[in-house]
Amino acid sequence: MKFDTSGLESTASVFGTAGGDLVDGFAAAATAFELPATKDFDGFQKEAVQMVKPAKGTTTLAFIFKEGVIVAADSRASMGGYISSQSVKKIIEINPYMLGTMAGGAADCQFWHRNLGIKCRLHELANKRRISVTGASKLLANILFSYRGMGLSVGTMIAGWDETGPGLYYVDSEGGRLKGTRFSVGSGSPYAYGVLDSGYRFDMSIEEAAELGRRAIYHATFRDGASGGVASVYYVGPNGWTKLSGDDVSELHYKYYPVVSAETSEPDQMVEA
Amino acid sequence: MARYDRAITVFSPDGHLFQVEYALEAVRKGNAAVGVRGTDIVVLGVEKKSTAKLQDSRSVKKIVSLDDHVALVCAGLKADARVLVNKARIECQSYRLTVEDPVTVEYITRYIAGLQQKYTQSGGVRPFGLSTLIVGFDPHLGVPALYQTDPSGAFSAWKANATGRNSNSMREFLEKNYKETSGQETVKLAIRALLEVVESGGKNIEIAVMTKDQGLRQLEEAEIDAIVAEIEAEKAAAEAAKKGPPKDT
Repeated sequence: MKFDTSGLESTASVFGTAGGDLVDGFAAAATAFELPATKDFDGFQKEAVQMVKPAKGTTTLAFIFKEGVIVAADSRASMGGYISSQSVKKIIEINPYMLGTMAGGAADCQFWHRNLGIKCRLHELANKRRISVTGASKLLANILFSYRGMGLSVGTMIAGWDETGPGLYYVDSEGGRLKGTRFSVGSGSPYAYGVLDSGYRFDMSIEEAAELGRRAIYHATFRDGASGGVASVYYVGPNGWTKLSGDDVSELHYKYYPVVSAETSEPDQMVEA
Repeated sequence: MARYDRAITVFSPDGHLFQVEYALEAVRKGNAAVGVRGTDIVVLGVEKKSTAKLQDSRSVKKIVSLDDHVALVCAGLKADARVLVNKARIECQSYRLTVEDPVTVEYITRYIAGLQQKYTQSGGVRPFGLSTLIVGFDPHLGVPALYQTDPSGAFSAWKANATGRNSNSMREFLEKNYKETSGQETVKLAIRALLEVVESGGKNIEIAVMTKDQGLRQLEEAEIDAIVAEIEAEKAAAEAAKKGPPKDT
């Protein structure tokens, strides 16, 4: 989804050519593969990981309310400054009762969610009972933890409905796993959180909740250049998930900020509301 | 006899696994064990071999718990049992850790049976000389369950079953006398089944009951004695009724 190579450009001299007094002999002895031309290898490695890690170019959110869980996301994929797709499915359907969201590496998220789907199905066959959201999220967190520090980039929310009711967990490639009622992941998350936190009530109707999710995604795509495309909204209830809507955010813009008349500058009109 | 029973478990030409059959033989020589499922209770009973005069009889416990809601008793080699029980207990905790739910009785039975099966198909090992009765309550549904496994790795669910020495006569008794019971009646049925093959008295049998709320509870010798006395009184009354029918009709 994103692969920003700008951080890889090295300003230091290439191995062996600059005649660094420490590396000269070593370079001659071992030419099997090149090491990064840096004196502080640990620091370089940290930087390289840091470059891959943060969930860039995405806004995803999910929250629990009276009727179940709402999951919403944008659909933009970017590679650095380049927008590579405007139609990515960032909400992954693990099974009819569970959804995962995608932030970070697209392939990492897709692959491990597919893998999780297999594990959930096998659990279901072995135990004659659907796996709990708690169990599924822990399965994923355990896998991601076992690959910790190896470059995986996953920031996901596992949302679903099980025997205990609605469930929502945040799981990332650092191995972290948090239970909660409201999460947003991705570069647009601060903007989404702003809308979500100010508009959230537990006893919303499904329509109200869906609108809140949609509005939060829209505002995130408005302020975050790396998020955009279509704002899709899913609802997970006692009977599994349904897709409620998928709206192009550039059309949503005119819904939230209708063009009224020529003399007023539209965007500032709604800010007070 | 040809050497189909050496080193590892290998099929004989007519489809037998002799090592597994010998393991079953070890089970048949083992102590008698019985399990009965009631509506709100599960009972495990086992025959206690007479202990030596100076031995501490409390150090031999044959009914063990695998988790708060699952217990196991086995017939066969006691040393093998320890290994199996250790592995099963670890799996109970491991399952709690990975899915944050307690195991179901079926799950841990399947795990134990799977383990036993593995020891019939791997090199350099011998099968467990064990048949186990596993009881417990389903953590989701709260209903009692009783399962049995054998050295081949086969497992099955039962309302009441017996294994070990004289298990056939106990099973016959249970088949004849089984009724859907609850509470103390279920305990009584289990003890009556055991008394078919064991000398009467609390020091010869070990009983443990499990309820949904209280978990596993080992009965005291005195408690067992009281129930045994009750059963014997009933038996005597029935006997007397048979000999001299009351003349009031």
